[in-house]
Amino acid sequence: MEQVSKTFEKLGGVNLLPIILGAVAFVLIGAPSSWVTLTVAGLAMGMMVFLMASGLSLVFGLMDVLNFGHSAFVSFGAFIAATVLGGLSGWLASDSIALNAAALVAAYSAAILFGLVAGWFFETVIIRPVYRDHLRQILITMGAMIVAEQTILAFWGGTPYSVPRPHFLEGSWIIGDVSIEIYRGFAFLLGLAAFIGLYVLLNRTRIGLLIRAGVEDREMVESLGFRVDRMFIGVFMLGSALAALGGAMWAGYETLITPALGAEMMIIVFIVVIIGGLGSIEGTLLGALLVGLMSNYLGFLAPKMALASNMILMVAILLWRPNGLRPAVK
Amino acid sequence: MSLLSLNNVKTNIDQYAVLHDVSFEVAEGGVFVLLGRNGAGKTTTLRSIMGLWKPSPGSIAFRGQDITGLHTADIARLGIAYVPENMGIFGTLTVDENLVLATAKGKIDSTRLKWVHGLFPALEKFRDKQAWSLSGGQKQMLSVARAIIEPRELILIDEPTKGLAPSIVEAMGEAFREIAENSTILLVEQNFNFARKLGRDMAVIDDGKVVHAGTMAEFAANQELQDKLLGLSM
Repeated sequence: MEQVSKTFEKLGGVNLLPIILGAVAFVLIGAPSSWVTLTVAGLAMGMMVFLMASGLSLVFGLMDVLNFGHSAFVSFGAFIAATVLGGLSGWLASDSIALNAAALVAAYSAAILFGLVAGWFFETVIIRPVYRDHLRQILITMGAMIVAEQTILAFWGGTPYSVPRPHFLEGSWIIGDVSIEIYRGFAFLLGLAAFIGLYVLLNRTRIGLLIRAGVEDREMVESLGFRVDRMFIGVFMLGSALAALGGAMWAGYETLITPALGAEMMIIVFIVVIIGGLGSIEGTLLGALLVGLMSNYLGFLAPKMALASNMILMVAILLWRPNGLRPAVK
Repeated sequence: MSLLSLNNVKTNIDQYAVLHDVSFEVAEGGVFVLLGRNGAGKTTTLRSIMGLWKPSPGSIAFRGQDITGLHTADIARLGIAYVPENMGIFGTLTVDENLVLATAKGKIDSTRLKWVHGLFPALEKFRDKQAWSLSGGQKQMLSVARAIIEPRELILIDEPTKGLAPSIVEAMGEAFREIAENSTILLVEQNFNFARKLGRDMAVIDDGKVVHAGTMAEFAANQELQDKLLGLSM
């Protein structure tokens, strides 16, 4: 058993899990074209969930803050991007890729800007008074989530809100008998770019070094002369902006959104953060990819099991690794 | 003027009063040893100096400046380093990253690094290893190295010999002697045989109060006082 475990670690350890899951699904699904479509859908979903979850994981790990209000950034990001895209429908319908892209950039920028400002406000006004008090954190952040949901309801109404897609992201790439939705490919690549950016920030910069150290031992970082509380505002704003961007991309993926979007996604986001390991960006990515793939494969193989798939995944992983796949603290 | 002075410091942790009345002065240079039984309040004293627990009432002054209400990070920037009892190393960072983190500008002076590697050769050998994989003694060396990677006026060290092999304890003692030539060390220690060889001045804390202060030479010569204050023969 020990030998198997050593060989597994040598080959890549937990990083192999999405590949193993994909291989098992390939055998069970049987049809390669369906498998490719489901895999791309799963990877795209995973990347969008990763964007929503990465900030929460860092905030959880760095400041021990349980922020149930994180979903508000996802919801607002989705609705703000949808509104901007709706306002620029002329650009979206144009055959010009430049105008299409400009509309998309404007929508995503508006969502990110909102995330940054709202993140600053949320941390300063709502989170700061309840540091080190988990019960109050849960109560106040859940309250904020309800207020945010009701605000969206007041501004955008309760009926499903339609999200227009840029013309150049409509349709599918057809390769042989394999069909890959262009938007899914785009979501995957954008998510991957965000991950690389975050990875470089955390592993190749001094601020990243401080954040990683702060996740492990906040008190010690302060004893070395750094104000973790000030650093935390920046991390919180970044996490909120990523969640808003994730929401904006999810809106384009779903094309019909409701005010409950954030709360619905929050369950998945928390599962990803927990199975990935608190405070770990690599773990969050791994968790998000597993959740995305599992969700799509099981949705195809056993639709009745699809809703429970993430819970089953979480239970299985926590039984195996109680601290998650790649915990930030060793 | 003393380098550090604590005046009637009282520190509560939640509803428990841990320090009742701690007053002592640390002169510049050498090693000042804080002795006491388990639970006497030695670690709380160091944490209070670092601002990790706020004393109330009472005051703590460093070079005459009141640092009682300052944030921990601001206290550290005045030139006070802290080596906690649990070593506080960052396990997922490499040895070098741990050291870089302790510098103000993110760059280690090469001469200084050479000196640190001279004190603790294992750190040079394992500089690219993640710190969690080091042995207990190497982790303690890293924790001390981090405190001295840049010049500091005062270094607070909490029970650095706990659980270490005798050979490593000896090496640690040699290193402390060298460090104390240019910095002041405030050392919390239960290993009296180790402390007596290093200390110039000392104080004993019992039940959150300073019950004795003086020179180490006098205290080491007075077996009766040791038995009374530390509760065991050394």
